[in-house]
Amino acid sequence: MAYVADAPKASFRPSMLIYDTRYRSITIQVIVLLLAVLFVGWLADNTIQNLAAKDKDINFSFLWNRAGYDLDQQLIPYTNDSTHGRAAMVGLLNTLAVAFLGCIFSTILGVFIGVLRLSKNWLVSRLMTVYIEMFRNVPLLLWIIMVFVIFSEIAPAPKDFKVTDEMIAAGELPKASMMFMDSVAVTNRGTNIPMPLVEHPLGYVNLGFATANLTVVALFALIGASIYANRRVARHARAVQEATGDRPTIWWKSLLILFAPSIFFLWALGFHLEYPELKGFNFKGGLNVAHSFTALLLALVLYYGAVIAETVRSGIIAISNGQSEAAFALGLRPGRTMRLVILPQALRVIIPPLISQFLSLTKDTSLGIGVSYLDLRGTLGGITLNQTGRELECMLLMMLIYLLISLLISFVMNIYNHSVKLKER
Amino acid sequence: MANTEASFVRTEMVAPQEPPLSERGVVKWVRENLFSGPLNTILTVLALVSLFYLVKLSLPWWLHGVWKANSLGECRQIIADAYGPDATGACWAMIRERWHQFIFGFYPPEMYWRPILSFGLLFVALAPALFFGDRRNNLVILAGVALFLLLSLWALDNDLLHIALIMMMMAGFVALVLIAPRKLLWFTLIYPALAQFLLWGGSVWGPVLTMLGLAVLAVVYVVLQPRFGVVMASAMGFVAACVWWLALQSSVSTALYTLMPIGLEALDSDQFGGFLLAFVIGVSSISAALPIGILLALGRRSDMLLIKTLSVTIIEFVRGVPLITMLFTASLLLQYFLPPRTNFDLILRVVILVTVFSAAYIAEVIRGGLAALPRGQFEAADALGLDYWQAQRLITMPQALKISIPGIVTTFIGLFKDTTLVTFVGLAEPLRGITSIVRADIDWKGIYWEPYIFVGAIFFLCCFSISRYSMYLEHKLKTDHR
Repeated sequence: MAYVADAPKASFRPSMLIYDTRYRSITIQVIVLLLAVLFVGWLADNTIQNLAAKDKDINFSFLWNRAGYDLDQQLIPYTNDSTHGRAAMVGLLNTLAVAFLGCIFSTILGVFIGVLRLSKNWLVSRLMTVYIEMFRNVPLLLWIIMVFVIFSEIAPAPKDFKVTDEMIAAGELPKASMMFMDSVAVTNRGTNIPMPLVEHPLGYVNLGFATANLTVVALFALIGASIYANRRVARHARAVQEATGDRPTIWWKSLLILFAPSIFFLWALGFHLEYPELKGFNFKGGLNVAHSFTALLLALVLYYGAVIAETVRSGIIAISNGQSEAAFALGLRPGRTMRLVILPQALRVIIPPLISQFLSLTKDTSLGIGVSYLDLRGTLGGITLNQTGRELECMLLMMLIYLLISLLISFVMNIYNHSVKLKER
Repeated sequence: MANTEASFVRTEMVAPQEPPLSERGVVKWVRENLFSGPLNTILTVLALVSLFYLVKLSLPWWLHGVWKANSLGECRQIIADAYGPDATGACWAMIRERWHQFIFGFYPPEMYWRPILSFGLLFVALAPALFFGDRRNNLVILAGVALFLLLSLWALDNDLLHIALIMMMMAGFVALVLIAPRKLLWFTLIYPALAQFLLWGGSVWGPVLTMLGLAVLAVVYVVLQPRFGVVMASAMGFVAACVWWLALQSSVSTALYTLMPIGLEALDSDQFGGFLLAFVIGVSSISAALPIGILLALGRRSDMLLIKTLSVTIIEFVRGVPLITMLFTASLLLQYFLPPRTNFDLILRVVILVTVFSAAYIAEVIRGGLAALPRGQFEAADALGLDYWQAQRLITMPQALKISIPGIVTTFIGLFKDTTLVTFVGLAEPLRGITSIVRADIDWKGIYWEPYIFVGAIFFLCCFSISRYSMYLEHKLKTDHR
């Protein structure tokens, strides 16, 4: 290797900036940097000129001004006297609510359908294929709008639920009736579902930027503690099993630890459900869920259920047949084979695409615009934008928030992905 | 051994018998596929019951469809007269009356041949890329296109002279494929300008001179490349082409048009709509996004820190925001970012932003393809003494693109479905734009199943066939022997 040291140490010539690979990359990077800076500068200059021409500036203080519009779905207290910032917050929570529920339900549906599509039952697997292809190959917006239109055009009016004395006398049934033991009423104005309430709420605590509902916080803390305690019990059982070979029976302990504290807590606070009731021309009491929410959620779940089903199917197919044959040869039952052998391996294949599907689902909640769902885009990028005329600020803020959500989801899911990844070398 | 004759040993073979009834034919199939266990039986019964209810609910509606009526009320009257007052039925008469809006938007009916011809020629342009010079498949495509053009132009009452001219052009393409199938790629190259001319009309010189700009780029590149290398030469070519496009083209084009006024009637972007719009946005965005996506993917894998950071930032930003915000950027913000008083067509603005959007997704797909290549390929290219661009062009990209074709097609399907979102910036796409126009009409007020089913069916046909084609391609391109 002596000749390497003998390489000519020629003095630097300007032409080496182009012809010598050692320097060329620096040249190219400098040129690209210059071009990028020039481009951004050009954009900024144009923006400043355009803003000046329209007598505008870049100013986010409108976020603290009175919003003056109502929102029909709010997870935190909001009135039309609240600020634009608060409205954006409500919208963000609405986005997150749909995204969260959508991810959970579509995963459940997707796993269910993906497994059924692989079923040996000819009829069921064909039906699932039809379902998957039908939903995957048609725009999501169509499903959202269609579900919305069906809900608001086909669902009966509240007055159709009315039962009058004459109708009872004549033995007639009302045109429409409530579902699930008189607890859910689907009308053309919205879906009325029972509202969980407690008689003795623990009250609220003001954290400065937000108010926390102590009852909810306490309940979640209790559930978290139960899960932790249950894991301790399971770990103890495993330790005993590994030491003695006998696994102690713990299922009743688990059930007790998991559910008893929460049930007792709710009972002590006087938990009950407030059912919707027909009073006059509309349903009173309970929780009125707007059709825009239902339609968006349902369409997202159906569409992404189909997409996730394909992911699940390909993940399971990717595990070679030898794995399940080996498991059967060891004497594992089909259920345990699935749980202990196939799924842990399939998860590794399934999770990376699943992450991107969750991301797309979250971004696609912005299609709620098609049914006027007031999510982040509907509040910050919609009404606020139109009222204040601050397109630049609203759009930038909105893009930034969506970007943050996406990065957060991919961060969390990547941690999970890392934990199930095959640990090799 | 031969003389041991035991009475209990058979000397002749037993004639083969048919398997028992439960082990053959339909019964066996049903037992194995539908009722193989308690769980399967339950599933089958559930599936049958739900199928039965589905059919029971919807079959009358499909069977009672009405094709000839002038309004929804008339439809319902006809159904009520024929099948009783409570009968339900589809009112396809709406489709019959309004199908052209769903397909072409507000394009003038006497000019429907222009989008149809560009749609047909799209496949001619795609054929060399789709089937890689496979003569037989190319001929099949050309025949299909010719048949499609013939039938649709004839159905739209175009005069025979035009049809004959178009058929002669198709015959020319067939001859070209028979003589030199690779030469069809030149048509692919000029297709964008041709389609733009056909769809928007106006002077023929605009598109021709735009293509000439590309020729300028090519000439400068070919002259300078041996001296300055790929990057510098293409940059200089690009600068030269920009000079041509921005400074010279418009005056030359005006001069030529006064000398030779050849052209078609110019159309406004407002007149575009329906599936025509979806195809224009989808196809132009994805084809423009492909080169940008390749560059971004290469940038993301580059050793140069700055270029890598830049590419990652662009890709992750674009992938992190919903398409709808990009569309609003096109309609609301682009006016801030561009020099004052620049104002151009909304469709073009949308296409630019959708291109940026899909370029990021394509970049990730191609990066996946590059990552799937064994390291030895890169090292072999280096060992052969190829420079970076030669290695990309001759060794890496052909393989990486081949691997990523299914992903690219999937991206295209996603993008094609997402073109429905342009409705929110005020373009008349079929799903919400045209449907709401139809539903706002007093005659068709209250109709909801039919337009959505019609639009959904067309989307399904397009996306499903493209995805099947992608599966075919994946199968065909699989040259490894795993």
